[in-house]
Amino acid sequence: MIPQEFEYSAPTSLEEALHLISDGSAKVLAGGLSLIPLMKLRLAAPGHVVDLGRVPGLSYIREEGGKLHIGAMTTHYQIESSALVHSRCPLLAETAAHIGDVQVRNAGTIGGSVAHADPAADYPAALLALDAQVRLVTASGERTLPIQDFLVDTLTTALEPGELVAEVIVDVDVDGATGFCYQKMAHAASGFAIVGAAVRVRRSNGRVSFSRVGITGLAPKAFRATGVESLLQTPDDVASAAGAVADGIEANSDLAASAEYRCQMARVYTARALRQALARIA
Amino acid sequence: MSMATTVTKAETLVGRRLRRKEDPRLITGTATYVDDIQMPGMHYAAILRSPHAAARIRSLNVQPALDHPGVAAVFTGADVAGVGPVPCGASLPGLRVPAHSVLARDRVYFVGHPVAVVVATDRYVAADALDLIEVEYQPLPAVANPEKALEPGAPAVHPEWPDNLAFTYHQEGGEPDRAFAEADVVVRQRIISQRLIPTAMETRGVVADYRGAEKSLTIYSSTQIPHLMRSLVAQMLGLAENRLRVITPEVGGGFGSKLNVYAEEALMGFVAMKIGKPVKWIESRRENFQCTIHGRGHVDYYEIAARKDGAVLGLRLKLIQDLGAYHQLLTPAIPTLSVLMMPGLYKFRNVSADILGVFTNCVPTDAYRGAGRPEATHGVERMMDLLAAELRMDPAELRLLNFIGADEFPYATATGLSYDSGNYAEPLKKALDLVDYHRLREQQQQAKASGRLVGIGISTYGEICAFGPSPATPAGGWESATVKIEPSGAVTVMTGASPHGQGEETTFAQIAADELGVPIEDVIVVHGDTAIVQYGIGTFGSRGTAVGGPAVYYALQDLKAKILKFGELLLESSDVTFSGGVCTCNRTGKTVTLAQIAAASYRAMKLPPNTEPGLVATHFWEPPNFAFPFGAHIVVSEVDPETGQVEIKRYVAVDDCGKIINPLLVDGQVHGGVVQGLGQALFEQAVYDQDGQLVTGELMDYAVPKATMVPWIESDHTTTPSPVNPLGVKGVGEAGTIGCSPAVVNSVVDALGHLGVRHLDMPLTPEKLWKLIQAGGQA
Repeated sequence: MIPQEFEYSAPTSLEEALHLISDGSAKVLAGGLSLIPLMKLRLAAPGHVVDLGRVPGLSYIREEGGKLHIGAMTTHYQIESSALVHSRCPLLAETAAHIGDVQVRNAGTIGGSVAHADPAADYPAALLALDAQVRLVTASGERTLPIQDFLVDTLTTALEPGELVAEVIVDVDVDGATGFCYQKMAHAASGFAIVGAAVRVRRSNGRVSFSRVGITGLAPKAFRATGVESLLQTPDDVASAAGAVADGIEANSDLAASAEYRCQMARVYTARALRQALARIA
Repeated sequence: MSMATTVTKAETLVGRRLRRKEDPRLITGTATYVDDIQMPGMHYAAILRSPHAAARIRSLNVQPALDHPGVAAVFTGADVAGVGPVPCGASLPGLRVPAHSVLARDRVYFVGHPVAVVVATDRYVAADALDLIEVEYQPLPAVANPEKALEPGAPAVHPEWPDNLAFTYHQEGGEPDRAFAEADVVVRQRIISQRLIPTAMETRGVVADYRGAEKSLTIYSSTQIPHLMRSLVAQMLGLAENRLRVITPEVGGGFGSKLNVYAEEALMGFVAMKIGKPVKWIESRRENFQCTIHGRGHVDYYEIAARKDGAVLGLRLKLIQDLGAYHQLLTPAIPTLSVLMMPGLYKFRNVSADILGVFTNCVPTDAYRGAGRPEATHGVERMMDLLAAELRMDPAELRLLNFIGADEFPYATATGLSYDSGNYAEPLKKALDLVDYHRLREQQQQAKASGRLVGIGISTYGEICAFGPSPATPAGGWESATVKIEPSGAVTVMTGASPHGQGEETTFAQIAADELGVPIEDVIVVHGDTAIVQYGIGTFGSRGTAVGGPAVYYALQDLKAKILKFGELLLESSDVTFSGGVCTCNRTGKTVTLAQIAAASYRAMKLPPNTEPGLVATHFWEPPNFAFPFGAHIVVSEVDPETGQVEIKRYVAVDDCGKIINPLLVDGQVHGGVVQGLGQALFEQAVYDQDGQLVTGELMDYAVPKATMVPWIESDHTTTPSPVNPLGVKGVGEAGTIGCSPAVVNSVVDALGHLGVRHLDMPLTPEKLWKLIQAGGQA
């Protein structure tokens, strides 16, 4: 449980941080809840670790232009307990509250989580349902990617060498017209999602006028279940729509859950999340 | 005098819900664990371990590690040839005992088998240097499943014993064949008690410090048995026993996993003696999972014989024990405890048991909270439910019908034990009342009618504990105490039982304060240092209070007699009473305090006839029998038909551990025990794949229950004093674990019974139950 030797830098400005990672050889530490255990088990052995903990200006939650902007170093606990997130983006607050335990949520950050791209992490499901975008910066510029393009595969993102997650931008649900819910079956040991379903729904004249379904844990990467969304025409379609969540998906299989069971739990938890979300519409 | 008696009674500390004297240092983070020990010149050891379950070591090159800056030494199997084998304290007829070197010689037998030890100036350097050691392994076929190991042609764990059998053991009582021939009904079931990882919060750790000029070695180890360790490690290292001191600092959980002598204690002693510097080794969590003993590991084949009216006649058991690759301290003895307790609380007059002790390429199994009794209780309590289902009887009624009667104690069992005392119906009736059983059954029927899967499970357990009379235990079965009243009157109790979380610093202080009539603040309890405390046995098998307590009690009686003599001398009277901390002359009413008596006894200006100065008494107490606690646990559970998840709706535990010294501590033991039982019932399983790799190698994979996964536990008691000891106590450390798992499983089987489910093996994971529900109950 002792990592290999590595160089450690704790930059105090974003410029300095971007400079330190510019050649792509350093590993970024943004909370450390995934990286440090991997290093302690010697499954990861980066030669250089750049800790963002002292970089100012990366931890914030603000509303701008009808969107919520969340700095990469904002902790899960800050998101879970933010009045702004609760009123503007309650799905994200609800999801954050499902991550690990309080100690984990006090240390882990949203930027660190999305950059790690664990296929069983909670955030990706919610971010997919929130049409989130990820703003990436380098020493020379920046770009913004939709979350589904940012998440490439298991533990793999679209981050280029020298690039850093600067913030996550999510849609705002202003008036209570959007129902939301995150439901997960947690792994009894790790607390990660065996499956997790994050949903947003709106109704109009007895029909479902808008839906977003993000799924984590089921597949090698979190995905948006567009098939479920298109089948969900009315509130009565929940069961049949949720039944399609695993269609065409190559499901994960491990000691905790077989592929068959995971698929069925994805259906069950999607249906439960949709029912609760519909019931929550003001 | 009568008034003095009244005052004493009102102030009795035994029986009171007192907070633990241990807790301030623990909850303020100021307690000292092994890893907190720092010494000048300290070196750090890291151990290279086999990645293979079975392999021949073709070559081993430690030179690159030796060349690494900061590395002081590297030792391999060849270097430790002079160190004695890792000891097995259990003996059975015909037991095959593999040579168990502290480091592997030319072959490794399980994943995690120690191969080499690196010693360096800091622990980071030691860990880096480990990676530099070059080992060429030739992997060999491995077997990790005990039933597969028994198949012809299975890989031989130890080449010299191709059948993989370490021992067979047969025990029977009465006429089992006749009972089964005459039975109206026979029910059979294969029942698994899966391998578990004890998972103490503090992993193991050793510091060894050798003073060459004094030829004396001090070993600090997180252990339950400092004195036994001293004897055994001194033997392994060829040291005189008085040249080895074992100190047990704070122990962060043992649960049996530290009732052992491991390779690392002697290994660190060896290293310290070689390099002439103190050395520290702290086990990582992964090492803890791979290399510290596991528990359980049974495949049991049960048969129960009964009459139509439900009266049980006989019980047969074939017990396949997964021993792992070696015998640790008590490995082969653990399943024999299962056999002793197989009749449970019932009048089985005819029993037969066969144990097959099987080697596998896994880490050894050994004592884990309950040690053999949870397996036995799980078996007999599952069988009673299967019989009830077969006869369409209520499981509570079937148990009440077959209990040993309250008037039948001491009761000689068919397995050769003498149950000390009991009233088995009482806790069951109390638990049934607490859950309002008949109404609960009606509610269950209504719930089931509406499609809900609600179940009620009963477990009525008995256990053997307070080990025990010496002839029946691998080490001495006694325990020791020294009580010293210092010249100021302050009281020091030194117990040979080495408590490590059970709270005897508090309970023994309660006993001493009551007996001497002093405030509990005046008493301290010292333990866990072989240079300070007289020889003792240790804390395990729910024996700390039940065997260590009476030793304290009797030492106090000796002291009280001496105090009285000094009181008579100082009061110049032969009519003196010692009570409430003072000696009183019953004629004049004059008094002397304990402090005055203590001062006089050490000042020794005058001494009573035939009396030595000082107030110190030591007592070694040998129990005449084990103690046998019992109780009833009832679980109400509900299974989610969509997911297979189990929710415990109610958990009622009525335990009878004899007289209770501190109800708060008993609650804590019951709660902790039940949680570990829930772990086995619902979550935990050590999984080795077919190649012998430990798949559940981290807390990310191995599910120890967390606080949020534990239901509210309603704990109550009945009190049947034990006649075995003067305190009437029985022991409660393992009761919760022993009573729990069958209650949970019985409840879930009951919830799914209408689907045709007869039996479920643990852990009751959601997917397992979901599949059964999908298949309409057909496995």
